[in-house]
Amino acid sequence: MTATPGATPTIVLVGHGMVGQRFLEALAERGLTATHRVVVLCEEPRPAYDRVQLTSYFSGRTPEELSLADPEFIEAHGIELHVGDPAETVDREARAVTARSGLVVGYDILVLATGSYPFVPPVPNKDAVGCFVYRTVEDLLAIEDYARTRAATGAVVGGGLLGLEAAGALKGLGLSAHIVEFAPRLMPVQVDAGGGAALLRTIEDMGLSVHTGVGTQEVVVGADGAVTGMKLSDGSELATDLVVFSAGVRPRDQLARDCGLAVGERGGITVDDRCRSVSDPHVFAIGECAQASDGRVYGLVAPGYEQAETAAAAIAGNEASFTGADLSTKLKLLGVDVASFGDAHGTAEDCLDVVYADSRAGLYKKLVIGRDGTLLGGILVGDAEAYGTLRALTGSVPPVSPESLVLPAGADSGAQLGPSALPDEAVVCSCHNVSKGAIRGAVTEHNCTTVPEVKKCTKAGTGCGSCVKVLGQLVTAELEASGVEVDKGLCGCFGRTREELYEIVRALRLTSYRELLDRYGREDARGGDGCEVCKPAVASVIASLAPVIGASGHVLDGEQAALQDSNDHFLANLQKNGSYSVVPRIPGGEIAPEKLIVIGEVARDFGLYTKITGGQRIDMFGARVEQLPLIWARLVDAGFESGHAYGKSLRTVKSCVGRTWCRYGVQDSVRMAIDLELRYRGLRSPHKLKSAVSGCARECAEAQSKDFGVIATSNGWNLYVGGNGGATPRHADLLAQDLSDAELVRLIDRFLMFYIRTADRLERTSTWLERIPGGLDHVRDVVVHDSLGICDELEALMRAHVAHYRDEWAETIDDPEKLARFVSFVNAPDTPDPVVAFVPERDQMKPDLPLLSIGLRPADDVLEGSAQR
Amino acid sequence: MTLAPETTDLLVQLRLEDGWFTVCDLHRLTPGRGVAALLPDGRQVAVFRDRADRLYGIDNRDPFGGAAVLSRGLTGTHRGRPFVASPLLKQRFDLETGQCLDDASVRVTAYRVRSA
Repeated sequence: MTATPGATPTIVLVGHGMVGQRFLEALAERGLTATHRVVVLCEEPRPAYDRVQLTSYFSGRTPEELSLADPEFIEAHGIELHVGDPAETVDREARAVTARSGLVVGYDILVLATGSYPFVPPVPNKDAVGCFVYRTVEDLLAIEDYARTRAATGAVVGGGLLGLEAAGALKGLGLSAHIVEFAPRLMPVQVDAGGGAALLRTIEDMGLSVHTGVGTQEVVVGADGAVTGMKLSDGSELATDLVVFSAGVRPRDQLARDCGLAVGERGGITVDDRCRSVSDPHVFAIGECAQASDGRVYGLVAPGYEQAETAAAAIAGNEASFTGADLSTKLKLLGVDVASFGDAHGTAEDCLDVVYADSRAGLYKKLVIGRDGTLLGGILVGDAEAYGTLRALTGSVPPVSPESLVLPAGADSGAQLGPSALPDEAVVCSCHNVSKGAIRGAVTEHNCTTVPEVKKCTKAGTGCGSCVKVLGQLVTAELEASGVEVDKGLCGCFGRTREELYEIVRALRLTSYRELLDRYGREDARGGDGCEVCKPAVASVIASLAPVIGASGHVLDGEQAALQDSNDHFLANLQKNGSYSVVPRIPGGEIAPEKLIVIGEVARDFGLYTKITGGQRIDMFGARVEQLPLIWARLVDAGFESGHAYGKSLRTVKSCVGRTWCRYGVQDSVRMAIDLELRYRGLRSPHKLKSAVSGCARECAEAQSKDFGVIATSNGWNLYVGGNGGATPRHADLLAQDLSDAELVRLIDRFLMFYIRTADRLERTSTWLERIPGGLDHVRDVVVHDSLGICDELEALMRAHVAHYRDEWAETIDDPEKLARFVSFVNAPDTPDPVVAFVPERDQMKPDLPLLSIGLRPADDVLEGSAQR
Repeated sequence: MTLAPETTDLLVQLRLEDGWFTVCDLHRLTPGRGVAALLPDGRQVAVFRDRADRLYGIDNRDPFGGAAVLSRGLTGTHRGRPFVASPLLKQRFDLETGQCLDDASVRVTAYRVRSA
């Protein structure tokens, strides 16, 4: 079957990887999916997924989460997607592709996006049982399966980008991992000898064994044909149960070769600058299978995306060309920053290096400078903070001396060259090719006032995300320059942010709201009564810092009582009819039958409505104010304490049942959840805090939807932060992997205290993480690498909190003064509020809601003589 | 409303149609917070004391939600006027006039309060 003139023209895409998917999106954006029949032949059993993030599978991302292809998108654009059915032959004469299933599709345009295949060196026994490559989800599943059952040691052949990722994954699977690299250093393509040395130390510190300058000569197998070791070129032998080949990739151009399309000397389908095959105008090639018009095969995703756009534009008859791409990269490999940009290896004539190296800190920074002072390129290992600015400056003479650009911030002459020094034409986002001028324009001409708006307007920062920090600085600078006054104040009473007030309270040990308002409030608010926004916010700051500033630890003591939100004021949750709900703490959701019976008896005796909460505890509704102390006297007596369901503080740490009972569990998640809940109970924070601990990667406790979530691994714990359910769900980000119990607790201590210190009022960790400059990377630098040198202090603050924790309810029922407020009426302490009444429903009771509307009175029904004063 | 000297012997009194009605001792009121009082006819009044010891009284019932909870709201100063924010949905009410600051069509009863 061939395309018949007059029928709908057909585009056949061979390969549904990242670049193939982007091509489909580019077709759809140009309306070509409406005018063309689009058929996709995909070899892998699943549609396009994020291959760049492949390794994140081992930290809990499922193949579904890695998926890039939205079924709705495929369906909405009428794309015929055949997964698990690769193209086998192309008949260019007849313009038809035959797939493995026998399916024959005629085409008007054929687009090859077949990607690349892993290069396996031709050593003996390279195909033995226990030998793998690292390219697809299926490869990962096979490695995982083998590692779990048959391996204790693993070796990776190749110390490049993918090799390091593979080695990290093996380590994550609990194997002792080796890296064998033929070149004299790790990541030989991206970094030079100095950078490789800095990287080596850091990688070895993580417990990975690195063998550089040696080749693999033979895979050694045992009697059963499975891998037992490797012979290396220096004569040594390395014992290993598993080998992963990750020695580079080669363009997958066999289909093109078989049908006579021109390919490059070292592989890759030769295309022109519109990504069209030089031998057949009906054929395009994009991504890693193509040799671009500059003679290079690009193995990065950003150039592949650009090629996809170019091919789609060419098919649409628009102007576009791809003549080469910037190979700058910034990566986070096993937690280490590695970046290279421009002429990183100094190949230009007469160029000079400026190098800063600190072996102790694992830092290496090199800039390549031309004779005339032009910045030509560079390499950053260990700290790639300056990457965004430096890459954009490449090709120009930097406004300060080169050495000051690589010296660490804070060193005597270390210059902090901000993005304001960049020229307008400097490219800030290289994924989407957005210049600084375009970003400024988004603010000045399109009235964008926030980073998300600028992202939407310009697409900057929506690719790899490495430029978002620079983006934020540019937006702020531009807003300030155009005179937009951004009032960052907490409320009408304070012109300062919550973070600034926290610092003031901490530094001056202020324990009085009035003093803070009168000294640091806005002029016209001083001496006043504040407002409902700043009073609870300041109360929370004072409570968080209470042990270190000498404030009372009880939120109802002294002036603090007047600042608390209504819920905190009664240590219970106000419901719509003026009654309260009561939630005792059930740490980790674990409760003995005796305590369950107490809750049942209390609810029955006080006539309360009971419901199981999402946080694995029990909420009792319908208590009147005057009943609260009586209820709590019973609960405290039975060993319960406040669950802080009313507070901006730790709510619950959910858990699954874990290793103790579950066939799949690898750690004791209940024990850990209880430990964490007891450690952080009562901690006042900018907003509520939720947590969970899962005993294995199946994640039954849903830890990734929590402010801090913990997932067990065979080696310890993975810590996730910034997750959220609710109206704006957000999956938590992985902060650190394979932590011991002590390391986990220490990191959470630091994380929570850093959040409490810097977040805005009512800002959950998810929005905080999105807002603060540098985002997750910055938080990781601060709490994991202690880049600000404040971790000791953060830990000390948490230690003080833990040491000073007291149960609020136990203290309240022992204090007659505090108890005095628990009455419906100050002048009739024994009379219940008549508006709080209940009617039966489903074996329990519910608020008598009609009673509430009886109280509604028209506004003019005002009592005589009441309002004229 | 009058200015009250700092003493605990004083009584908080509300002006009703037929005279002054005693609510409680002044010391029962925490500056910045309110209490609820039950009137002989079943009405409820929320009584407040600010940081300058001025006293205010408005109807205790939140006209938006219907529950008798305004006494449990947080107080503050808005453009020099004292207000309370309902603990239900945070609408603010002027403590001197009962006028809702967030909805011009809504107003609650205000009472004269004194310490004596």
